[in-house]
Amino acid sequence: MIVADRKSLEEILTMVEEKKKILIVGCKGCVTVCNVGGSKEVEILASAIGIARKKSGSAIEIDQTIIERQCDTEYVDQLQESVMKYDAVISMACGVGPQFLSEAYPDQKFYPAVNTTFYGGAVAHGVWEERCAGCGTCVIHHYDGLCPVARCAKSLLHGPCGGSSQGICEVSKETACIWDTIVLKKMEQGRLEDLLVVKDPKDWRTARDGGPRRSIREELAD
Amino acid sequence: MRLSYPPEVKIIQVPCTGRVDIIHLLNAVDDGADGVYVAGCLEGECHYRTGNLRTRKKVEYVKKVLKEIGIEPERVEMYNLSSAQGQRFAEIAHEMVERIKGLGPSPVRSDKAA
Repeated sequence: MIVADRKSLEEILTMVEEKKKILIVGCKGCVTVCNVGGSKEVEILASAIGIARKKSGSAIEIDQTIIERQCDTEYVDQLQESVMKYDAVISMACGVGPQFLSEAYPDQKFYPAVNTTFYGGAVAHGVWEERCAGCGTCVIHHYDGLCPVARCAKSLLHGPCGGSSQGICEVSKETACIWDTIVLKKMEQGRLEDLLVVKDPKDWRTARDGGPRRSIREELAD
Repeated sequence: MRLSYPPEVKIIQVPCTGRVDIIHLLNAVDDGADGVYVAGCLEGECHYRTGNLRTRKKVEYVKKVLKEIGIEPERVEMYNLSSAQGQRFAEIAHEMVERIKGLGPSPVRSDKAA
C-alpha cells in the first residue's frame, strides 16, 4: 500500500489560516490502513484545528467526510453537492487524492494534509517500511524476494557497495543493508552462484525516468 | 473509608482505559474542559494486558497536539493506580485540580472564567 505521514499541525493551520469554513475529506484506502487519513484521523485533525482556532479567537466551521477512495472518479463525484460550500477542502489521502479532487472540482482549493512517503507494509504495529519503488520492471525474483531497487539506498543490482558494514547501511544505523540480507539468504539456500549471473542493464524507462506513467487495460478501457 | 475529592472532577467510567481514545481527550479540551486526566490500572496489571499502556501513548500524543497548538500539555495527564487505592485516587484528584487551578482556565473556553 501507499504509506503517508501526517503533515505538522502548524503547516496545516497555515494552509487554512484565512478560511472560515472547511471540509476535511478522508480516504478509506491505503491511508486508512496506515492510520493517517481514515475516519479516526479525520476526526482528530478536525478537533485539533478547531481547538487551535478557538484558542486564537478565530473560530472555524469544520465538516468531515470520508469516501471509499480518492483515486477513483466515481467516489470523488460523490462530493459534488457539498464541495463548493466550503472556503477550502483538506484531503487526507495520498498525493493522488488532492489531485483527483482538483481535477474534478477546478473551482475549489484543495490542500494535502499528509506527506506521501512510499509503497510499503506494516512490519510491526505502528511501524511501516518501504518495500517497493514502483520501478515498473519487477526483478525481485532474482534476489529471492528482496528488492534492491527499493531497499538499497543506491538501488544497486549487482552486489553491495563499500558502505555496508556488519549488515548495516552507511546511510543510517536503522537501515539494514539489503545486499547483506540477499547474500546471506542465497548462502543459506545454497544458491549463491545465482549472483554470478551478469544481468542486462535495467530498463529505467519504465520507472520515473521515463516521465509520468500510464497503465491501460485494453480489455477494460472504452 | 469515606474519602472526598474536589467537586470540579467529573468522572466518566470506561471498562478499561484502553477504551479511551485520542479523540475523546481532544473533544474534552475542545468542549472547554480546563484539564482532563485518565486514571488507569497499574502498569503490568491491565486485565486486557496493554489497555493502560496504549492509552498512555494516546495521552502523550494529545500532549504533543496541545503543545503544537500552544496550550499547556500539563492539562492532560495519565495516572496509574489500582482500584484498591482509594486514598491515591483522592490524592490524584486534588493534585490535578491544583495543577489546573495554577494554569488557569483553558484558553479554548469561550467564557474564560476560572
